[in-house]
Amino acid sequence: MAGSGRNQPVILRNQLDQFMPSITREEVAHLARLARIELTDAELDHLAPQLDQIIALVGQVSQVAADDIPPTSHALPITNVMRPDENVPCLTPEQALAGAPAAEEQRFRVPRILEED
Amino acid sequence: MTDLTRKTAVELAELMTSGQASSVEITQAHLDRIAAVDGAVQAFLHVDTEGALAQAAEVDRKRGAGEQLGPLAGVPLALKDVLTQEGVPTTAGSKILEGWKPPYDSTVVKRLRSAGIVILGKTNMDEFAMGSSTENSAYFTTHNPWDLGRIPGGSGGGSSAAVAAYEAPLAIGTDTGGSIRQPGAFTGTVGVKPTYGGTSRYGLIALASSLDTPGPCARTTLDTALLHEAIAGYDPMDSTSIKQDVPPVVDAARRADVNGLRIGVVKELGGEGYQPGVEARFHESVELLTKLGAEVVEVSCPHFQYALPAYYLILPSEASSNLAKFDAMRYGLRVGDDGVNSAEKVMSLTREAGFGDEVKRRIMLGTHALSSGYYDAYYGQAQKVRTLIQRDFANAYEQVDVLVSPATPTTAFPIGDRADDPIAMYKNDLCTIPVNLAGNAAASFPCGLADEDDLPVGFHVMAPVMRDDLLYQVGSALEAALAEQWGGVLMAQAPELEVTR
Repeated sequence: MAGSGRNQPVILRNQLDQFMPSITREEVAHLARLARIELTDAELDHLAPQLDQIIALVGQVSQVAADDIPPTSHALPITNVMRPDENVPCLTPEQALAGAPAAEEQRFRVPRILEED
Repeated sequence: MTDLTRKTAVELAELMTSGQASSVEITQAHLDRIAAVDGAVQAFLHVDTEGALAQAAEVDRKRGAGEQLGPLAGVPLALKDVLTQEGVPTTAGSKILEGWKPPYDSTVVKRLRSAGIVILGKTNMDEFAMGSSTENSAYFTTHNPWDLGRIPGGSGGGSSAAVAAYEAPLAIGTDTGGSIRQPGAFTGTVGVKPTYGGTSRYGLIALASSLDTPGPCARTTLDTALLHEAIAGYDPMDSTSIKQDVPPVVDAARRADVNGLRIGVVKELGGEGYQPGVEARFHESVELLTKLGAEVVEVSCPHFQYALPAYYLILPSEASSNLAKFDAMRYGLRVGDDGVNSAEKVMSLTREAGFGDEVKRRIMLGTHALSSGYYDAYYGQAQKVRTLIQRDFANAYEQVDVLVSPATPTTAFPIGDRADDPIAMYKNDLCTIPVNLAGNAAASFPCGLADEDDLPVGFHVMAPVMRDDLLYQVGSALEAALAEQWGGVLMAQAPELEVTR
């Protein structure tokens, strides 16, 4: 995702300077589908304008950083953290399944995954 | 016998070591206090009466057998419901986890246990720690013990309210954007956000993994420091844990000396939007520290103004991916599993039913910010802002040892006031968020009551990475000087809660 073109931030920044970033009700409905949340129409009416306001607020960041500023993804630079390659005790199947909504034959029972057609 | 619930953790520990009180007596006194006032305060989601008394009895047995015990052994504590405790219901304030009992202890809980600290129960919070008032809890809103019509702050409002209501002398919170410090400020208690990586996130239900930091809450600086020391330190179970010694926080709290310390007042954290009573108490505290020998200068951190927008891109982005694990398959709620609906449909119905409004808002915002075409403009830019904020801190720490500001722009607001205005709610955390983005340590210490509403004001101290000790050095000096002025601690000015039997 990050590598989708180095010039893109500049173009988008210019666009955002001209237009306040915004989001439509249809786009919010799409996001809800992507996020696997079955929103009701009433919720969409309520949440879409709020998200629009929030996106206008967060859009301010596009005005700030110059291209030569490196991003910080973590507060402290710690890289390649490995644990020793040793066996350690883990949960028993009973413990792991104890919180499952449904379990069968020492496995998680899930709704059907494939479409019927 | 004097009321055990009014004692500090240090005093309780002394009563136990001198044989004047047992941990079972002390624990029972706090359980009784919870029974008497929590109907009004509603700080606890779950009170583990049996478990707490069993832990207390075990500490008493060890003490009787002459075993070496830690300085807080036998002292009760309230635990934010976002940290796992084996076999005890853990919900993170969400319906999607209602009834879930974790099969393992978080590292923080393991360390509390090995310190002999008694866990009374789990405290209320905004759902998945998303909020500044506990109004986003899926269960109920916690009330501020100073004024039951007001919010206690959030997300860790339950932990701070429990401490302020004398239901527990100690509590654990987690701070992602201010969730320990803001409730601390609103309830007249101490709240510390350690350096990111200074306390372990293992077993902490993740909100934003690059920001989440567990930390201590208490009524005094020394109690907070002792709890900090008990839970902090390197943990191989957390890959972002820092492999260094815990900063000498207890020594610093005992030293209570700011003579020669250089303190920078952050110019950008004040002025418009700040309540006059908050600014008045803050500036008086700065003057007091000057009288105690600190050198105070004004410092500019020009990029702090972009912290809030950057935070509301980074947090929802991380939260939207962290909360993808709530898929109705392995634990938690499952809705619509009728034998016909597909797994994907069940997932969508479950997340619709199990998440509250704020969680939905932030998941969708994060999904938007991470979607292709927007990633560079939003998330990428926000991460650059993070670099700029770190540089602001680095520049400031070339001139001063610590930075200070009010902990919050206002005092605690009435319940319902900002409940459906997300942006007004987000602005609560203006002063606290920059530290989370940069990863250094910060704390809020009570510094008086605002003239307008007689509600507590928090004094915010920000220290460099792994200099958490400096927070306590400033906080304890301020605490001692203010106590001398007032003839006691701020909490002594809190109104008495009505006790129900």
